[in-house]
Amino acid sequence: MSAATTATRTESLSFERVGMIFPDGTEAVRDVSFTVRKGEFVTIVGPSGCGKSTLLKIASGLLEATSGTVLVDRDRLGYVFQDATLLPWRTVKGNVELLCELHDMPADQRTKVAEEAIRLVGLDGFQGHYPKSLSGGMKMRASLARTLTLKPPVFLFDEPFGAVDEITREHLNEETQQLFQQEGFAGLFITHSIGEAVFMSTRVLVMSARPGRIVAEFDVPFDYPRSPDLRFDPEFAKLSGDVSHALRGSHS
Amino acid sequence: MSDTDIRHEMQVPVGGGLAIGPAEPVPPDAKGERGRRSKSLAASIIPPILLGGVIVGVWYFVSYVVLSAQRRFLLRPPHQVLEVGFLQWENLSEMLTGLWNTTEVALVGLLIAIVLGMALATLMSQSKLIERAIFPYMVVLQAIPILAIVPLIQFWWGSGEPIWDYPVVSVLNSRVMVCVIIALFPIIVNTLFGLHSAERGMHELFSLHHAGRVTRLRKLMFPAAMPAIFAGLRISAGLSVIGAIVGDFFFGQGAVGIGQLMKRYAARLQGEELLAAVLLSSALGVTVFLLFGWLQTLAIGKWHEEA
Repeated sequence: MSAATTATRTESLSFERVGMIFPDGTEAVRDVSFTVRKGEFVTIVGPSGCGKSTLLKIASGLLEATSGTVLVDRDRLGYVFQDATLLPWRTVKGNVELLCELHDMPADQRTKVAEEAIRLVGLDGFQGHYPKSLSGGMKMRASLARTLTLKPPVFLFDEPFGAVDEITREHLNEETQQLFQQEGFAGLFITHSIGEAVFMSTRVLVMSARPGRIVAEFDVPFDYPRSPDLRFDPEFAKLSGDVSHALRGSHS
Repeated sequence: MSDTDIRHEMQVPVGGGLAIGPAEPVPPDAKGERGRRSKSLAASIIPPILLGGVIVGVWYFVSYVVLSAQRRFLLRPPHQVLEVGFLQWENLSEMLTGLWNTTEVALVGLLIAIVLGMALATLMSQSKLIERAIFPYMVVLQAIPILAIVPLIQFWWGSGEPIWDYPVVSVLNSRVMVCVIIALFPIIVNTLFGLHSAERGMHELFSLHHAGRVTRLRKLMFPAAMPAIFAGLRISAGLSVIGAIVGDFFFGQGAVGIGQLMKRYAARLQGEELLAAVLLSSALGVTVFLLFGWLQTLAIGKWHEEA
């Protein structure tokens, strides 16, 4: 079977009947199709090990799908990792400039872009700090800023806030949601937190246990900007309950 | 003496003593901090001083009580070692000259080992094939006792003349060769380990942005390897000093180093000079170790989290 993963000039991300079987025979994902358009923030929730992250790796080209097609512009793809993956020997500013460096942006332009991204994530004043002196939340912010420097039309988030505490996570959710609103990118977010998914997304996809398939889809009707109090809205609770049921159903 | 007295006496400049790394400036208003630090400094300095006193006491006891006057030459009392070995200039200058010759050999050998070791490790990091090919021989080389290799080196290349008499290359002589051989392995192993230590996520980040081999090496693998490289350097620096002394001891010809002096003192039953030379060699080893610790703090102290 041909592994057709195509890279094109597009502002959105499409999976078409994507399947992935690892060389050891493990079937990670099966027949996954969906599209994330510009201005959409789609979250995939699913149990651990269901192949959520595999989808992002396929989208970014780190892995090659064994079947199906992905349509995305690989050259301008934002990828926020599970860990902040900051280089410990670089300051916040040095880390944020890294991707521009790898893309051979001239130094003065690099500095300008980095400064702007650092301000956008609220790390102004910490440019000279090394990662070892940053909290988990601040590291994630620096990581976000690094991705923002390339102004990618498509943003992939691989469970980025899994390692930070609940309060920091809620803050980061609110800030990510604001960034999404300002920058208008197409976002694909992976998480196993239902609250996080419903709070940030325009659409929530539920993935089954391995082999991962999309088993349910929910539109999230709330307007942006979303206030933190939305989490206590009855409608929010109902939608979260529905997602939870779908997730449980996928487990059995 | 009560604890407070000691603490009072120990108001020496913080960061002095044997602390590795530069002294941190103490803000003038940080009295409590300073008090706590000088207390911990006292706690770390008092026990070795006490033990040192005990050792000197035992030394005197052995010199004057255990050994009879005829056999006292075996272990002269501390003040005589101090006087003959360190206060008589002709003795001290002889030893310092020897020590300097040895230091020179050790540093040249170390430098060659660093360049060669890091180059080999970099090659090995780039190709599994090269790594597999070289590694067994490195282990074999490492397993040869240095005492076994010294006679062979002397047999092939003599004791101190340049092995190849060309400019630059001529720094390599038998003595330096011993240091290179003994110091090479820790540098290769640590550099290689360090180059492989960059996290997978970071490699993926570089892959996503199509970083080439050289960029990856320069911006990711080498910086990530620095802590391990420095750990290797400290081990190798100490080994190189040992190699220089052992080589000098056995070659017995060429520029006189501290090794030859020790051999000579032992043969002439000059106990004081012998002990002084041993202490100086140890001081050289400690100095080199501290020097590289200081360099490490200078190079990576700002970002590296000491485990």
